Amino acid sequence: MKAFKIVTSTCVPLAIDDVDTDQIIPARFLKATTREGFGDNLFRDWRYEADDSLKADFILNNPVYKGEILLTGSNFGCGSSREHAAWAIADFGFRVVISSFFADIFKNNALNNGLLPLTLSSETVTQLLKDCSKNPDLSLTIDLENQVVIRNDTNESFSFEINPYKKLCLMIGYDDLDYLLSQKEKTAAYAETLDEWRILKR
Amino acid sequence: MSKTLFDKIWQKHIVDTIPNGPDVLFIDRHFIHEVTSPQAFDGLRKRSIPVSRPDLTIATADHNVPTINQHLPISETLSRKQVEMLTKNCSEFGVELYGLGHQYQGIVHVIGPELGITLPGLTLVCGDSHTSTHGAFGSIAFGIGTSEVEMVLATQTLLQAKPKQMRISVEGNLNKGVRSKDIILYILAKISASGATGYFVEYAGSAIQSLSMEARMTICNMSIEMGARGGLIAPDETTFDYIKGKEFAPKSEAFDKAVSYWKTLHSDSDAKFDKELVFKAEDIEPMVTYGTNPGMGIKITENVPGSEHLDGSGKENFAKSLKYMGLTEHQAFAGTPINYVFIGSCTNARIEDLREVADLVKGKTKADNVTAYIVPGSRQVRDQAEREGLDKIFTQAGFELREPGCSACLGMNEDKIPKGEYCVSTSNRNFEGRQGPGARTILASPLTAAATALTGKLTDLRTLFV
Repeated sequence: MKAFKIVTSTCVPLAIDDVDTDQIIPARFLKATTREGFGDNLFRDWRYEADDSLKADFILNNPVYKGEILLTGSNFGCGSSREHAAWAIADFGFRVVISSFFADIFKNNALNNGLLPLTLSSETVTQLLKDCSKNPDLSLTIDLENQVVIRNDTNESFSFEINPYKKLCLMIGYDDLDYLLSQKEKTAAYAETLDEWRILKR
Repeated sequence: MSKTLFDKIWQKHIVDTIPNGPDVLFIDRHFIHEVTSPQAFDGLRKRSIPVSRPDLTIATADHNVPTINQHLPISETLSRKQVEMLTKNCSEFGVELYGLGHQYQGIVHVIGPELGITLPGLTLVCGDSHTSTHGAFGSIAFGIGTSEVEMVLATQTLLQAKPKQMRISVEGNLNKGVRSKDIILYILAKISASGATGYFVEYAGSAIQSLSMEARMTICNMSIEMGARGGLIAPDETTFDYIKGKEFAPKSEAFDKAVSYWKTLHSDSDAKFDKELVFKAEDIEPMVTYGTNPGMGIKITENVPGSEHLDGSGKENFAKSLKYMGLTEHQAFAGTPINYVFIGSCTNARIEDLREVADLVKGKTKADNVTAYIVPGSRQVRDQAEREGLDKIFTQAGFELREPGCSACLGMNEDKIPKGEYCVSTSNRNFEGRQGPGARTILASPLTAAATALTGKLTDLRTLFV
């Protein structure tokens, strides 16, 4: 996993609440058996017409909005557990998603892929969505170590919360599996204590 | 200290705790399927590590399989390759697979319970958000991403932060024609599609206790639709009776021992929840959704709501949703012509669902305009339906009984609803394009879906009893 420290970038403002993972990557694109290439179909049915031509009115198709930060409405990533949603967003080039809150499974999936799901207050997100829409050059600096977002036009700063363990993992590019593998002896000792009924006999 | 049901199970599964961080949880059952596992197996290969507990790993093919001619090779190339990849991975890593043609094949959340693999007091995970279904047995069951699938394959553990807890009680007697699907759609309409984000939910109250195991599974299944990672119900005699004698459930002495432990699995009377909600069963009527998330539900007798109480982005999102659904504010909803009915999915494709539908449609015929699919949740459900003669009832009524799989719930295979068409569906999500690009999903109970198939328009099933 790529280490995450500081990101400074303009934003893509997607002012939609309850963006579900079926919109982020529709199920018919989940047939691939690798982690790569899902960015091509990110927001497929919002980005493309049925004949594969671009939908002009969708924000990702507007060349004035670009950057590594996806700014979006509340309850982002709800629905299916498909990690392909996080892969698609990261593969497209985003490193941060900002929302007033995230669906739980999506949040874990993002963190496990070095994509930072960053929560700010609903008022702040609404203001940022408005201002970024008006001014596509507005850039933000995300400083993970100090847990702060800085608006580079006004120098306003907003602090954000993140679990200290997850923060450390992101900063050094370490993942849960590395940790769990290092705990194998403890797990083996625990497994010795299982009651008979808990063991599946087939 | 008093504990909730959730606390009791969680605590028993802690292998270790990271200071100021998550717990390492032991996972008792890991269900895998073809769509969210290939990249996880790849990860094991890259690290040259085996599956830690193949005996606790249960594999089936469900999401991306055809629901006709399952005995033939899958015609769609990418789907065939994905299913073959599962077979190859299971064989290479020593995991038993209930693949196409196997007597136990079916939707992961249907086969776990019916085989006695799902039990009270366990932790169960799967790379599928509807893993919450298994919580109906009084277990901690939740969906995970593929990186987490890899972690469980590699170590049989997961790092998880303990969520907040909510109790939702439904008290009293249910009205005629109201099923568990209506209960959960009602709760969703009350608390919204994000009303339980960050929580694990315990369902309680006399109306919940009165439900069969299969009806309880429908409720827990849709916990994720309100944002909850999972939902659970304290096990009771209904639970123990259901489990007893199931294929892989503990037998004789082991079963008795288990039951005496399972009887301790309930929230203590003074247990504290972060949030408590209580609903009255008598307020619940048959429900349908009109919008593009499962929280957008109304009683079938109600008109589509208006946006008067909304402002800003809420109003815009509401308008976007109604536009997608081809509906206008305040219009009557019941009576809307419907050309597609889908009875299936991990929410409502168990034998009780099929029996209810058969009871309603027996001796009747579907409306000419309707295409009605019944997709059983598993091979065992289909076999049982045939033993009971339900297949003949369906055929005579013009319904097509297909082979098991997730099917039109998520439209990964060829079972898709055409653009612009309404589908009254017993599944769990009415997101844009969920059942196919441009498809318009109306979520409902199997009874409402069956009634609609008979009349060809969105129907209050209670009008058929008059």
